[in-house]
Amino acid sequence: MTAAILAQEALSRTESGVVNGFFAVLAIVAIVSALKMVTSSNVVHAALYLLVVLSAVAGVYVILGAEFVAATQVLVYLGAIMVLLLFGVMLTRAKIGTDTDLDNEQRWIGALVGAGMLAVMTYSLWEGFGDDKLPDTMVPQPTQAVSDSIFGTYLVPFEALSLLLLAALIGAVVVARRD
Amino acid sequence: MPLSTLALLASFTNQVSASPKLALLAVEFPYWATTLFKLLMAFIAVLIPAGGTVYLYLFKMVSFMQSRLGPMEAGPYGSLQLMAEVGKFAQKEDIFPARADRFVFAAAPYVVLVSTFLLVLVIPFGPDAAFANFDVGVFLALAVSSLSVIGILMAGWASASKYSLLGGLRAAGQLIAYELPLVLAVVGVVIQAGSLNLQRIVQAQVEGEIFGWGALGNPFFLTQIIGFFIFLVAVQAELAQVPFDMPVAESELVSGYMTEYSGFRFLLFFIAEFATANIFAFLASVLFLGGWSLPPFVTDIFGIDSYSNAMNVIGPIVMATKMLLLTFVIYWVRFTYPRFREDQLQRFAWKFLIPLALFNIALTGFFKVAL
Repeated sequence: MTAAILAQEALSRTESGVVNGFFAVLAIVAIVSALKMVTSSNVVHAALYLLVVLSAVAGVYVILGAEFVAATQVLVYLGAIMVLLLFGVMLTRAKIGTDTDLDNEQRWIGALVGAGMLAVMTYSLWEGFGDDKLPDTMVPQPTQAVSDSIFGTYLVPFEALSLLLLAALIGAVVVARRD
Repeated sequence: MPLSTLALLASFTNQVSASPKLALLAVEFPYWATTLFKLLMAFIAVLIPAGGTVYLYLFKMVSFMQSRLGPMEAGPYGSLQLMAEVGKFAQKEDIFPARADRFVFAAAPYVVLVSTFLLVLVIPFGPDAAFANFDVGVFLALAVSSLSVIGILMAGWASASKYSLLGGLRAAGQLIAYELPLVLAVVGVVIQAGSLNLQRIVQAQVEGEIFGWGALGNPFFLTQIIGFFIFLVAVQAELAQVPFDMPVAESELVSGYMTEYSGFRFLLFFIAEFATANIFAFLASVLFLGGWSLPPFVTDIFGIDSYSNAMNVIGPIVMATKMLLLTFVIYWVRFTYPRFREDQLQRFAWKFLIPLALFNIALTGFFKVAL
């Protein structure tokens, strides 16, 4: 995050070399942590590596000028979901040291699904953007533009999603309470 | 749609470049120099207020409230006691519990401190004296403030001690519960100012009028008195200060998630605790007390323009004054009230503060449309 904020300052001065450098750092951190997360032999360590991946992604959003998305990523994924996940893991199976039962026979199927997802996303990004380049000077997207598109163009999908989330929430309460 | 976005962008960049950016110096510094300067200033903005708070409030004010003098030996009126304390912590042995997860245990205090430093980045201290002028300023501030709980959970888990783990879990539950009133209290201010940008929020308070009377501007603690109250209570809980100090309750949990820490790492937790209190006070003064600005009738008397370069020097002093005032309130409450029970804490957040905050939002929305 800090790296990304520094990079954003560079961005406003159009020093693209610095920005590329910061992107490289964030990308390497994200990839290494993602690999460590999958191979880690301790649940809490895996969760903490996931946290690093998510914050690196938030940094990339800042570099791309999507400040609102970056702040949302930090608030929702780092501040809420990961805290809840850590909270749950620590309440139930907070063993220090290595766990032996974190690996099983399905890992090859998992790898296959992961590779498939990578292929689909690479193909769609390639098809969608091809040789498009980002502009040299990128101004942060004003929040007003984001809200205009959410509450204008995408109002119906937005409301549908909120209803869906509410239904999931009520469903979770109903499933959890058996009285 | 693209055209209107472009126009918006243009107006946005115009407003940014219209401010006199280092116009006095008329030198464009290289990127590394400004970054280094900002880093230095961030350390100053975090450490000096933290030290001042510890001396003024933790050493002296609480002593006076308890009819004693407090530290008097080191320096005049004990003012160098802080240096002695830092020296004491720095030379202590760095102890790791035998069954601790060493890396996570060592990293946890730094995670908490990083959250503090990220928080100070969004605070504006003058029309140009800001680390970075984010369009989503207040939203980002609330987002990064929730990162400290990750460090606290790491500390609680990695210590391999029941007290630490219980303290960490209590902290997480408390911070999740009080994050919500904190965010909802700010929504009223955002509606009234019409922006998430902290500079715009200050501007709205300088140029605002209360029913056509503009001598005071419109500091939002007058019109958002409910929001101000909820914000201060939620900050007290986010900081785990006394009526809400169950995560570190001495009589129950020794020292909660900090129990196993000693020496320099304990000092880091200690600094983070006081620095975060100061930065939340900074944030509250930007949101509710008009930030770095002086009330319009004062600037009229002295003939200063509210956005002139002079405010880059006066602004930090104004901010420091407001911060000391709000930190005083935080520690006043801390040394006055007894601790809540865990269920009282949760009930207070979910059944009182959150409905009140929602009511405040509805009320603000009504007046925004009606007036």
